[in-house]
Amino acid sequence: MTLIDLANPTRFLALTARLLPWLAAATVILLTIGLYQSALAPDDYQQGATVKIMFIHVPNAWLSMFVWGVMSIASLGTLVWRHPLADVAAKAAAPIGAAFTFLALLTGSLWGRPMWGTYWEWDARLTSVLILFLMYLGLMALWRAVDDPSRAARAAAVLTLVGAINLPIIKFSVDWWNTLHQPASVMRIGGSALDKSFLIPLLVMAIAFTLLFVTLHLAAMRNEILRRRVRSLQMVQASRVAFSSELSAGSREENASKEAGAA
Amino acid sequence: MITLGPYASFIVMSYAAAALVVVLLIGWVMLDYRSQIARLRELDRSGVTRRSGRSATDRS
Repeated sequence: MTLIDLANPTRFLALTARLLPWLAAATVILLTIGLYQSALAPDDYQQGATVKIMFIHVPNAWLSMFVWGVMSIASLGTLVWRHPLADVAAKAAAPIGAAFTFLALLTGSLWGRPMWGTYWEWDARLTSVLILFLMYLGLMALWRAVDDPSRAARAAAVLTLVGAINLPIIKFSVDWWNTLHQPASVMRIGGSALDKSFLIPLLVMAIAFTLLFVTLHLAAMRNEILRRRVRSLQMVQASRVAFSSELSAGSREENASKEAGAA
Repeated sequence: MITLGPYASFIVMSYAAAALVVVLLIGWVMLDYRSQIARLRELDRSGVTRRSGRSATDRS
């Protein structure tokens, strides 16, 4: 099945119905393995057991940027290729991305208090992720503010692509500025600085959370397609009501004129 | 037995918050789906059909 085939929402719904149970099962299995490995991971020589927060914080932080990346590609799909499901994908991803970004901020704050001595610091990494969170909220507000989905889609696509500028800023903020947040320790030139006992649970949790995102995203896209179907059927219903009331008004007028003629 | 040290509350709160948010996300997606299906059934009962002639709730 190609991307063009998926342009048909009905075909997409049939595909999600087949895929969702498998994706959900794979997510549960990987999350269980990841949580088990995280629980058994050794304490860090400096951070002690608080290193376990990393297994939740880092996957959410990665996903906060990944989801915006997905939305940016979907926005290109809306503006350039006019793919019928592109704006559905972008709209459905926004609340999930916002939730992951919120979790990245919250767990980072809970990790920061014992390690840095503060819940929050206005350094470049933390501030740029907070801006990302606010942009997610802004995007969700924009979708709700415009009634017509196709008009909202174009405005949201432009805002998403402009917001994508923030992604490299988040990624390289720890290199460009002197931040309290540590530099990259997994995805960096020269390989990961993490020991395998931390790296393996972290990667399993990252894959599990990515699968969770894919599952939730497909389910949310299915819901959005159904919502649009409801909207179009309600418009059909409303036009039928308007047409029938016009017909009955017309026949009343006709009867009235006949009666007047007879009189 | 896992020992979480002096900062156990921070670790437990992180995992609990993540679990809560994930449960809320799953709940939101499931409730939204049920709500859309209920609205489509309502439209189906009132005789509104899709241009293809299929039932409003038909997902195939």
